[in-house]
Amino acid sequence: MAKEFELNEVEVWDGNYAASQALRQAQIDVVAAYPITPSTPIVEGYGAYVANGYVDGEFVMVESEHAAMSGCVGAAAAGGRVATATSSQGFALMSEVLYQASGMRLPIVLTVVNRALASPLNVRGDHSDMYMGRDSGWIQIDAFDAQEAYDLPLCAFRIGENHAVRLPVMVHQDGFTTSHKAQNVYPLKDAIAYKFVGDFVPVDEMLDFTRPVTHGAQTEEDWHYEHKAKQHKALMDSPAVIDEVFADFKELTGREYKRVESYMMEDAEVALVLLGSSVHTAVLAAKQLREEEGIKVGVVAPRCFRPFPYDLIRDALDKPSLKAVCCMDKSSPGGAMGALFNEVSAAAYSTNARPMMTNYIYGLGGRDFSVDEAKRIMKEQKAHADAGHITTNIQQFSGLRGPKLGFYEIRRS
Amino acid sequence: MSTGSALASNKRGIRELGAEEMVGWDEVQQGVVLPSFEGDAAGIVNMHAEERNYADFNSYTATVASWRVIKPVYNRDICIDCQNCWVWCPDTSIISRDKQMLGIDYDHCKGCGVCVEVCPTNPKSLLMFNEAEENDEALAGWPQKEKKAK
Repeated sequence: MAKEFELNEVEVWDGNYAASQALRQAQIDVVAAYPITPSTPIVEGYGAYVANGYVDGEFVMVESEHAAMSGCVGAAAAGGRVATATSSQGFALMSEVLYQASGMRLPIVLTVVNRALASPLNVRGDHSDMYMGRDSGWIQIDAFDAQEAYDLPLCAFRIGENHAVRLPVMVHQDGFTTSHKAQNVYPLKDAIAYKFVGDFVPVDEMLDFTRPVTHGAQTEEDWHYEHKAKQHKALMDSPAVIDEVFADFKELTGREYKRVESYMMEDAEVALVLLGSSVHTAVLAAKQLREEEGIKVGVVAPRCFRPFPYDLIRDALDKPSLKAVCCMDKSSPGGAMGALFNEVSAAAYSTNARPMMTNYIYGLGGRDFSVDEAKRIMKEQKAHADAGHITTNIQQFSGLRGPKLGFYEIRRS
Repeated sequence: MSTGSALASNKRGIRELGAEEMVGWDEVQQGVVLPSFEGDAAGIVNMHAEERNYADFNSYTATVASWRVIKPVYNRDICIDCQNCWVWCPDTSIISRDKQMLGIDYDHCKGCGVCVEVCPTNPKSLLMFNEAEENDEALAGWPQKEKKAK
């Protein structure tokens, strides 16, 4: 029996430690891990809990992230509660097995500490790895600070393991800005946290010798499509369970999470849409700009990146007052508009408001995103709103040295 | 048990691979998890293959050897029942009972030739032949014992 870990009502934890404590409280059967900056302390912490008797499960050291996720797939298929952590290049090396995990419907929890992808090699935070996972069939939930990095993995087990869902879940947090920044965190007592997560109830587990099963079958053109469609349906239906788990969590802790977080959108004329720790920056900038210049700015943040919450984004943006929306992507778009711009524009197209949509690339490789820069971008949106048309390129770059860089523009007759 | 029933059980290779009912996305198994047996399989390890209640998803019931171009032919007259081929066959296609070799499961053998490689007799008790060649003809022309080179 695992020892109880004595916790204060308020702890000073960084995002990594918060996530590792949440994994400990879920009493995972197997963690197979290959540590990588900046997510190393999550599995380092977990290893210490195992060594010191705070966890009954197994910690498996492997030779790569591909092996780490492969070990997780095997342990999950065997019938265990399974989790691991990674970042950046490690995430990239895992990516083949991410698709195996989701296709095999194994509810693994992966805590991803977001970091840029090489080249050039960079350990700082951006969303390249998170974006890389967006078609992998996982549920992706984003924590914006250390408290959320503790709360959301607890929710993630409940969501993924629900038998109506049976999908793996990533819980993201920003490298360094969240993972290494100590903040006040209100943890649950071990027993209360475990009761919330609940016992793991396996499905089709390989260790059930009365019912041997094949996992990881091959299918060709006559079966593959049906399985992928069924998997997509499970992902598209998962919001009902996500909302239910968030509601239960609010009842337990008073902390409320939504698939889309909206700030000051009721009367907003312009809005920023963004993810991660930058949400706090943008909310602060919006408050200041409302006080200082009376510009009605709102902020929208998809807490749930996959399944993409088209419905709630549409609702958040469907305000008669709303004229201009800027979607901010913290990932190099590789020859396209940013992914958030594309997704949010699709949702905005189904509103009556049909706001003007623009895209900023920002924060690549950990480039700072300041309150002043957020305000500048908000004021630029206000200029679009006042002019009645987009006055800049549709895609621009924030915080970039050198000549102004921008792509694509609206056609005006 | 007679040796004949082990070679020709009524479930082995009864259908072509892919002949299962083509159900829609709503009816396929979650996660492509395929049960090997119908019902409770406790104690199945103590049964011979032909006695087990294999599910339709188990390849035991399917013919999965259509791409074989050369096949092993087994010569009972030379075999010493050493079980090497049974141990080494990667597709469980050597049929053996009570340590006596019975023959080849042609519904599952892919023609890899490993059984021939590991056969220690002289001449070999298993040899590869073209798929189209009749087994009787192959056995009629079986090579003689090779003399050791001096």
